[in-house]
Amino acid sequence: MTRTPDQHDQHDQHASQQSLQQAAWAAAAAVPDPEIPVVTIADLGILRSIALDGEGCIVAQVTPTYSGCPATNLIQQMVLEALNEAGFENVRVESVLSPAWTTDWISSEGREKLRQFGIAPPTETSNSKRALFGETFVTCPHCGSGETERVSEFGSTPCKALYRCLACREPFDYFKCH
Amino acid sequence: MSGTCEPMMTSNQTLFSYVLRLADDHLILSQRLGEWCGEAPTLEEDLALANIALDLIGQARALYAYAGQVEGKGRDEDQLAFMRYERDYQNLLITEQPNGDFAHTIVRQFFISAYMDPFWRRMEGSTDDMLAAIAAKASKEVTYHLRHTSEWVIRLGDGTRESHERMVEALDDLMMFTGELFEMDAVAQEMLQLGVGVDALDLKAEWQHTVQTILQEATLELPKAGHMQTGGRMGRHSEHLGHILSELQYMQRSFPGLTW
Repeated sequence: MTRTPDQHDQHDQHASQQSLQQAAWAAAAAVPDPEIPVVTIADLGILRSIALDGEGCIVAQVTPTYSGCPATNLIQQMVLEALNEAGFENVRVESVLSPAWTTDWISSEGREKLRQFGIAPPTETSNSKRALFGETFVTCPHCGSGETERVSEFGSTPCKALYRCLACREPFDYFKCH
Repeated sequence: MSGTCEPMMTSNQTLFSYVLRLADDHLILSQRLGEWCGEAPTLEEDLALANIALDLIGQARALYAYAGQVEGKGRDEDQLAFMRYERDYQNLLITEQPNGDFAHTIVRQFFISAYMDPFWRRMEGSTDDMLAAIAAKASKEVTYHLRHTSEWVIRLGDGTRESHERMVEALDDLMMFTGELFEMDAVAQEMLQLGVGVDALDLKAEWQHTVQTILQEATLELPKAGHMQTGGRMGRHSEHLGHILSELQYMQRSFPGLTW
């Protein structure tokens, strides 16, 4: 089948839109988390989507981890700047609440980066999130021992809890299930 | 900022009032908890109380922003939080009660968390998209608040003679503010009928069950329900709210429109 020039144009336009979106995604996805700079906002699942609206504006959607996370505004600003630096002038950053962010969205690469940085990634069996006194088994990110204990449910940022390892005696942060 | 949530087909005034009072609950309680910052019994607890306050302020911000959008008069979250008078605040009286000793703070937070936990879970099914979205986040956060305060209730109640006595006193002092949690006024009724709001009265059995289960483990008892103090939803407050607001509003009153 041969295409009419019109169809060619449409096809080309579609392809260029897609590559624009991909380039914008790559730029935004590289933004590091301001509080845990070893992972990116894409690793954490904070960057939800990049789209082009009807007027050719790049729309980046981000979601907060916790309602009160102080990094939320900064992340929006950083996404805006990253896109501008990548040559996108016409940019809008939107915050979306629904669906609510969950630690299940952290990529396996992100989990590994967290562990190497000394933060235990969230346990993957998250069926007991609602349990009042649910036991969580957290592995020490330093020595790999399962002999750990919780010091405090609340740590240095809203998304982390404070643990200590009973084997190597090192304290560490645990990225809690959410 | 999402812009996807159209205001409901209801009198906007009622929805505005409903969202605003919820925002007030969270702002005032958060401000109270913030007073502990740097003063809590241990460093870990300092972090915990500040983190809970942070969750609450985040929920309050989302609610105030939405209230401003519903009202449609151009008021933003800051103007609603900082530029109203005492009688315009509709928070529950329990949220403005003084921190007292650590037992009072823990009992206050425990009572409220045991209430907000089922409240937000039900709100997730609201016909109002924005309230449902805020609830989906808040309900995860309050789970931690309830677990944390439950652990303290047990530790203090089943602790030393002094910690036990202080808990008994805190329960006695705060019990009178729990009746208000389950009141359904005209605003709440209308929101319930439209599928927007939660039936607060219907939460009472679950609240009692949660509270009594934990208190039993803590060797404590829920005091008999006597006189219940009420009025927060009508703007009639205890003497404490004015003092909270004088501190909370100081910067905005001194330098109106000040931004970071």
